[in-house]
Amino acid sequence: MISLTDILTLLPESFLTVAICALLLLDLFLKPGQRSITHYLAIAVLGVTGWLVLQHYGAPRAFGGMFVRDGIADVLKVFLLLTTALVFVYARPYLRDRGLFVGEYYILSLFAVLGMMLLVSAGSMVMIYLGLELLALSSYALVALNRDSPLSSEAAMKYFVLGALASGMLLYGMSMIYGATGTLDLDKIHAAAAATPQRGMLLFGVVFVVVGIAFKFGAAPFHMWLPDVYQGAPTAVTAFIGSAPKLAAFGMAYRMFESGLGSVGPYWQQMLAVLAVMSLAIGNIAAIMQSNLKRMLAYSTISHVGFLLLGLVNGQPAGYAAAMFYAISYALTAAAAFGMILLLSRAGFESEEIDDFKGLNQRAPWYAFLMALVMFSLAGVPPLFGFFGKLLVLKAAVDAGALWLAIVGAVFAIIGIYYYLRVVKVMYFDGADDASALPPVADAPVRTLISINALALLVLGLTWGPLYGWCARALGIAQ
Amino acid sequence: MTTQLVIFYFFATVLVASALAVITLKNSVHAALSLVLTFFTAAGIWILAEAEFLGLALIVVYVGAVMVLFLFVVMMLDIKPESMREGFIRFLPVGVIVALVMLVEMLSLIGVKALQAQALPPNPALADGSNTAWLGKALYTQFLLPFEIAALILTVALIAAVTLTLRKRSGVRTQKPSEQVQVQRNERLRVVKMASEGKPGESA
Repeated sequence: MISLTDILTLLPESFLTVAICALLLLDLFLKPGQRSITHYLAIAVLGVTGWLVLQHYGAPRAFGGMFVRDGIADVLKVFLLLTTALVFVYARPYLRDRGLFVGEYYILSLFAVLGMMLLVSAGSMVMIYLGLELLALSSYALVALNRDSPLSSEAAMKYFVLGALASGMLLYGMSMIYGATGTLDLDKIHAAAAATPQRGMLLFGVVFVVVGIAFKFGAAPFHMWLPDVYQGAPTAVTAFIGSAPKLAAFGMAYRMFESGLGSVGPYWQQMLAVLAVMSLAIGNIAAIMQSNLKRMLAYSTISHVGFLLLGLVNGQPAGYAAAMFYAISYALTAAAAFGMILLLSRAGFESEEIDDFKGLNQRAPWYAFLMALVMFSLAGVPPLFGFFGKLLVLKAAVDAGALWLAIVGAVFAIIGIYYYLRVVKVMYFDGADDASALPPVADAPVRTLISINALALLVLGLTWGPLYGWCARALGIAQ
Repeated sequence: MTTQLVIFYFFATVLVASALAVITLKNSVHAALSLVLTFFTAAGIWILAEAEFLGLALIVVYVGAVMVLFLFVVMMLDIKPESMREGFIRFLPVGVIVALVMLVEMLSLIGVKALQAQALPPNPALADGSNTAWLGKALYTQFLLPFEIAALILTVALIAAVTLTLRKRSGVRTQKPSEQVQVQRNERLRVVKMASEGKPGESA
């Protein structure tokens, strides 16, 4: 039966749902010139939801175990909301210049956020699937938002077809796991999995679930959709689907693998190790050849997913804490990277080729410096944020007894530095050669926030202790 | 022989006959209608097996919605049966081989399984009362949250469909009754004052 505690536990999600519906109705009555109201209200909604998440009303579980509220869910939700708010601010000038400044961008993004929040709080396989579908359906529509662009439509089509395939795989795997354990509840699966007489069926289900999750993560060899979608989607949408959903993907993997299948760890850990190595190799090597920055960042995402998986392979709380820290650092850095592309673009100029960054240092030394910070953080150069994420996941891999995995990770991290530094080289040592050599034009909020975001990468790199401490506490590691 | 068994055999015969008709009838509209009959009898068998919710859902969803759409498509597309049958003889050997392989696979799977399989024990929760009531109760208690999320997903699908298809077209002549009834006299009628015509050749 539903009690008040259930509703209080679900307060942030309930508030977000009601707010989205209210915003949807309000947006209907706004004139095109008043769209900024939707923009600011959407950010305010994210802020209030974040505040509610931090209030800790309610119980650890609600709706008969369907919904779980623990430290991991709270930390991930806070950063999900923060990253989305950053993207909203960065996206506004871009959307306005291209006639895409519509309420649906905000509504669909907020629905995606709601899906992600439910996903990281899932206590049952049904909730994992439904949260994922809410996120995915909103993302498909967002990618196709610029419907007059053939590239955008093609990307949305690919995303939709492959996403549907991945959902099918995931569902099939879940049905097998249900068949082997007789329950959809993740905790009960955890208890029943180790002793099930249907080990073959369980393993069969686990394979399909791993494939489905790898598809959604964008881990190689299931990464084919990622570069096309990142390149084809409007940059404002790429910034969103390239940052916050990685946190949700970590949350989903944690719920499925640790909460659900934690008692049969060796089943999936080997598979994740293979996925990690392939993602690191394919992501880093293919990124070297890209001339489009969005495509390069897509391959870079694949390699970062590889690092994240290194933390999951560990299968211990310390490994999950490292992976969570990595996901947070990646989401914030990716938001800044795409924010920089958004900042430098203007009407009729996308600024998404690496060559568009030529001579940025002469045009706008401050933004060149910020972009360099972002690239160094993605590459994992100390003392930036990205470095400590990499350090922690590599340490987790060593602790798990997979020294070879850590060595592979380190080797590919060094290969990866090449293509990040190429962007820095283009900005500082190449002269601008064409009409793109105009200084960036952007609103004051965008300029301020991107400066704060990029500098935060440096500050969080220098003082990474508290954030890692928060992640570790969320996973119940005593400090 | 009990009444139930008689009804079952009756439904089963109709099911197999209509299923055969689906793949043998030349007219594709007739084939589609046979498929409706197939679904309907299958639903009857399910209801006989006390799965009345599944049976009703099959009728409502497949017979009511999917097959009507299907019929629309069949009627709109001008499918020539003759052109569909071209190369029937040429590809017959391949088809026979594929069919045989599938038959062997199915027999090896079902044949072996059928010997081992045991009927599932009936769910005690369903022993009394209809399973529609049981499903409804489960949806609104145990699965309330997923049920609500599914509603949200449908909302997103709706918003996405409108976002991606609604567009204002320019140059389309549509009627706007609200504006038409507000028309004023001086918008439609223009009184032009002209100088009276003089003799030909006189004016410039």
